[in-house]
Amino acid sequence: MTPSGQTSSAEQTRLEPPAVRFVLLGVALTFLGLFLVVPLAVVFAQAFSKGIHVYWAAIVDPDARHAICLTLVTALVSVPMNVVFGIAAAWAITKFEFRGKNILITLIDLPFTVSPVISGLIFVLLFGAQGAFGPWLSAHDIKIIFAVPGIILATTFITAPFVARELIPLMQSQGSEEEEAALSLGANGWQTFWRVTIPNIKWGLLYGVILCNARAMGEFGAVSVVSGHVRGRTNTMPLHVEILYNDYNFAGAFAVASLLAMLALATLALKKIVEWRVRQTLAEAERMASQGKIPA
Amino acid sequence: MNIEVRDITKNFHDFTALRGVSLQMASGDLTALLGPSGSGKTTLLRIIAGLETPDSGHVLFDGVETTERGLRERQVGFVFQHYALFRHMTTFENVAFGLRVRPREQRPTRKEIRDRVMKLLALVQLDKFADRYPSQLSGGQRQRVALARALAIEPNVLLLDEPFGALDAKVRKDLRRWLRRLHDEIHVTSVFVTHDQEEALELADKVVVMNEGKIEQIGASEEVYHQPATRFVYDFLGNVNLFHGRVQDGTAFIGGMAVDMPEAGHEGPAQAVAYIRPHLLDIAYHHNGESHFQARVTHINAAGPIVKVELETDVGDTVHVELSQQRYAELDLKKGAHVFVTPKDMKVFLVDYADYSI
Repeated sequence: MTPSGQTSSAEQTRLEPPAVRFVLLGVALTFLGLFLVVPLAVVFAQAFSKGIHVYWAAIVDPDARHAICLTLVTALVSVPMNVVFGIAAAWAITKFEFRGKNILITLIDLPFTVSPVISGLIFVLLFGAQGAFGPWLSAHDIKIIFAVPGIILATTFITAPFVARELIPLMQSQGSEEEEAALSLGANGWQTFWRVTIPNIKWGLLYGVILCNARAMGEFGAVSVVSGHVRGRTNTMPLHVEILYNDYNFAGAFAVASLLAMLALATLALKKIVEWRVRQTLAEAERMASQGKIPA
Repeated sequence: MNIEVRDITKNFHDFTALRGVSLQMASGDLTALLGPSGSGKTTLLRIIAGLETPDSGHVLFDGVETTERGLRERQVGFVFQHYALFRHMTTFENVAFGLRVRPREQRPTRKEIRDRVMKLLALVQLDKFADRYPSQLSGGQRQRVALARALAIEPNVLLLDEPFGALDAKVRKDLRRWLRRLHDEIHVTSVFVTHDQEEALELADKVVVMNEGKIEQIGASEEVYHQPATRFVYDFLGNVNLFHGRVQDGTAFIGGMAVDMPEAGHEGPAQAVAYIRPHLLDIAYHHNGESHFQARVTHINAAGPIVKVELETDVGDTVHVELSQQRYAELDLKKGAHVFVTPKDMKVFLVDYADYSI
């Protein structure tokens, strides 16, 4: 084939004319810049606008420190709960046949489809002073609404779908033959779970945990409804940012917000690494196979 | 260990997989469960393994009631259709799994496990691949890992679900012979499921032909091939020509031929079908007094050890005949020739409209 022939065939494979490519790329980049990069830059610019001392003071402020601690505690409780729930739900859905399975699948998605404010209200209606269990709770001196348990409950509810949704398609594609094989080889249910199921789903599980954690730390709406905004007691980081902002303490608000932004960036990086790790293991196996190292 | 299943029934929702199946498998035998898809053969295998529970009926290992025992306690080696190797473990770890999960007091030492696994890997000719992951092995190699893994627990019974189904034709044949030799060596009672009649006939000591959740025939390979008990078995095992006709007064009239059929009794006329294997038909240019019918040669395929001839009868039916190369050379057969076809043997069945479902 002549060189010119090669060029023309290469050009034919690119279906879009250069102008279309340029416009598409331009739209995507502009959008990305306006809605993602600029706001992120503003957060950090505002946070440091009054200098590093103000930034540091806003973070080590007792109320801010308490908000950070409460956020960490909330994530530390609700993420493990959702890991257990996610694995149990994914297991039940993918390995067993039972009545009402479709209803369960739909219910798992419920927190995604309901507005977070409504989710918060559900808990107020259930456990609030005027709620269904309100009188009983107050009689026994248990506080859920406007207290830490309410925040954890609301966060757990909001983040419930993440792990399960990540695992269901993965476990569906893997089937249950490996588990059956493990059982036929004499393993008990516990050994099968730890030695066969968990290693097979670990990357998907980690991915779900990362997303779940990011949302648990960042959740605003539902937590706002149940927390009561008591400074130094029931404020999580997102709520603390709002309070500082409403107090016209912009530097302080953005300083705490910058921590959340960094969490987002760290999550993104971690997410990329996990994705890369999953792809790498797959690619390695394929490369080994295609290099013909294996005599048939 | 001998296995017995008694009157097993199994339903899945509104589908009946097994309708009262009873079967005995002698110790050390290699048995094939042969049938089309949906015949219940895999369900039966999974019930023997304990992967499914029957709705009614019993499974006995060496005469001991095993129906209620779980998968773990039965100690069966099960080779899954798609092998179900643990994808995150090496070949070595896969084979060692069954030994490692044993309760502490029964667990062999590290060295014993190592020796046992390497011995098994040598047996399946994979000792050089101990450190490979399943994704780095070919289909045939994976199959052998699955086999070694199942054998590692010293199973009472070896059960194989479509063991060669996922392999290409060449590998399948090699592996089939290899498995037969392996079975002769280790002599563990084995049952395998297949829909491939050639595989069943070549490999098994005993073939169990199944259809629609029932057993049609149990017998040695030659027996089920040469003396099929039912129309289904005739149809399913090997190529066959089918002729319609009628039976009257102990004689079957099939396409212009009259055949004695004393077992049909002397009742009034009844519908009948005759089955004739292609190699049990002979071709001649002149009729020699035996029962015969006339046909025209429409196609000849002489490539191979036998010559396949396709003919068309006067009434438009297609007939397949298989001749030896020698006979073909004697006849000097040409396409379009008008010939006489003589059956050397045939089997006539009365048509029972109730099971007219082939």
